[in-house]
Amino acid sequence: MTGPVIGPVIGPGAAYLDADFVVRRGDFVLDVALSAEPGDVIAVIGPNGSGKSTMARALAGLVPVTSGRITCRGTDWDTGEGQPVQVQARNVGVVFQDLLLFPHLSALDNVAFGPHSRGVDKTGARRTARAWLDRLGVGELSHRRPGELSGGQAQRVAIARALATEPALLLLDEPLAALDVGVAMTLRVELARHLADFGGVSVLVTHQAIDTMTVANRVMVLDEGSVAQIGSPQEVAQRPRTDHVARLVGLNALRGRSSGTDVQVTDAMSLTSVTPFDGEVFASFTPSAVTVTLEEPTGSARNRWQATVQSVVPHGEAVRVHLDAGQALIADVTPASVARLSLVPGRAVWASVKATEVAIYGTTPSGPDARLPSRHV
Amino acid sequence: MTSRKGVRVDPAVGRAPLLLVLPALLGLAVLVLPLVSLLVRTPWSTMPARLVDPVVLDALWLSLLTSTITMALCLLLGLPLAWVLARTHVRGRALLRGVITVPLVLPPVVAGVALLTAFGRSGILGAPLRDLGITIPFTTTAVVIAHTFVALPFFVISVEGAFRASNRDYDLVAATLGADRWTVFRRVTVPLALPGIIAGLVLGWARSLGEFGATITFAGNFPGTTQTMPLAVYSALQSDPEAALVLSVILLLVSVLVLVLLRDRWLQQAAR
Repeated sequence: MTGPVIGPVIGPGAAYLDADFVVRRGDFVLDVALSAEPGDVIAVIGPNGSGKSTMARALAGLVPVTSGRITCRGTDWDTGEGQPVQVQARNVGVVFQDLLLFPHLSALDNVAFGPHSRGVDKTGARRTARAWLDRLGVGELSHRRPGELSGGQAQRVAIARALATEPALLLLDEPLAALDVGVAMTLRVELARHLADFGGVSVLVTHQAIDTMTVANRVMVLDEGSVAQIGSPQEVAQRPRTDHVARLVGLNALRGRSSGTDVQVTDAMSLTSVTPFDGEVFASFTPSAVTVTLEEPTGSARNRWQATVQSVVPHGEAVRVHLDAGQALIADVTPASVARLSLVPGRAVWASVKATEVAIYGTTPSGPDARLPSRHV
Repeated sequence: MTSRKGVRVDPAVGRAPLLLVLPALLGLAVLVLPLVSLLVRTPWSTMPARLVDPVVLDALWLSLLTSTITMALCLLLGLPLAWVLARTHVRGRALLRGVITVPLVLPPVVAGVALLTAFGRSGILGAPLRDLGITIPFTTTAVVIAHTFVALPFFVISVEGAFRASNRDYDLVAATLGADRWTVFRRVTVPLALPGIIAGLVLGWARSLGEFGATITFAGNFPGTTQTMPLAVYSALQSDPEAALVLSVILLLVSVLVLVLLRDRWLQQAAR
């Protein structure tokens, strides 16, 4: 969007948060549009460098937008022209990736900092802070300095600090990334509850699929600075539009051109589905649908590719094997198979998938995108 | 592994060569010998009597007073100056920093002459001030101005470093919590840089306490009004060398005290 944007900002149709903006930083261009209503929890996922954090920072006012508009509750925060509304006046709560709790203040004073800065007297601010610390379950640690808190405790204090100012918009930048798996799991459940209680819009920047599934009600997928997909967590998981999301949510997704039931992925790679479709598609199948063998399979699987093992990592009960078959593939196999087939990086194998396991989604929204993945014929 | 001379060396590299150990010992002697001599020659028996000598007391009091006022001025002027250098994008900031650094390397007597041209009776600021009935040179005020001139750069450079070293993101966090820039400065930036600010104060204070050249040039050497400790040492040396020794030992003790205060910050950091 360039030039002045003229038009009514407040109206019956105006969303609580309306953002449509471009941020240019050197060669990088972030171009996103997002509107949300109170109670929305939007997970923003995408590869490193896709612009997730820049988007959060632009919403917070830490990065000015180049053009476009950010409007919240009928107020223009930034229009790319003139002076944007300053960070202090935006009433956003931010939970930064590295928390950044003030090391010289106690947990209580960290949380009281916001209300006090916004005009509440010291006693009142501390009362508010204590209530929030209690709510997050760390009330008894209020006298401690951040250096004396565990990762999970510090995370709770940081969330309390962001919420204590009762922000219109809450931005969380990978809030669980630095925590132990167990702690992250517990906190994730609690976070989901707090965000559900929170009356404003939450934007959660994350790397982890589970965050999008458990905490968010909408998922925005960023890729190279633009919105690759936006939808409910289920939609995005079942119909991923980028390789990254597909891998993130544990699906193989190969982009190709479908003609009838044949999908040409690259010159050297093609596959067969059971869903006739003409046009650009994503062909997707789960990692557990991929069979890994040493010899060329002779069974019923119609899709078979020669591949090289890239990595072998534990994945729940199974073992996730990353394969290079010209395209990146993931396969979930049992630990016993890993041992029997000696699956180590560099090993040449065959990967096969039954055509019935392949789901086809058109990649253009105007196409028959609504078609259900065809698992049953 | 410890070699015969007590110098720890990596056994894999071999023993410390004499070509390095001998100059090292000589260098140490150059530094230590004069201080030891000072302590040896000090008339410790007459020390208590000397300490209450009005000339000594006056000089000591004046030194403490002017150094303390200088430190207050450093805080008042230097803290904002360091903040401007560390946190704003003023045009020509590099030049500004250069200008601030000049007094660090300027011979103190030249500083005194420069101060005279500014605040002297016929100086650029001094002449109009004299018309108003205010005379600065050869007063205690002149001592403070001279000390501030030489101590402020130490303070500003030290504090700017501390401001830069502390994570700027804390300022951003404070802003998202609604704090304006003054509140951020007061409640976040300064507290986080406090160790550096204290180090800057101690450094500036020591510099002020030892200041001689600029003071004697700009403020003169009048007992009671401008004769600080170093000037008193200089005067005493010409009339009463024993008094000079006593004064010198006092200054030496103060310097060692400063070193002890800075020990944690400096010596250990350098050792890392």
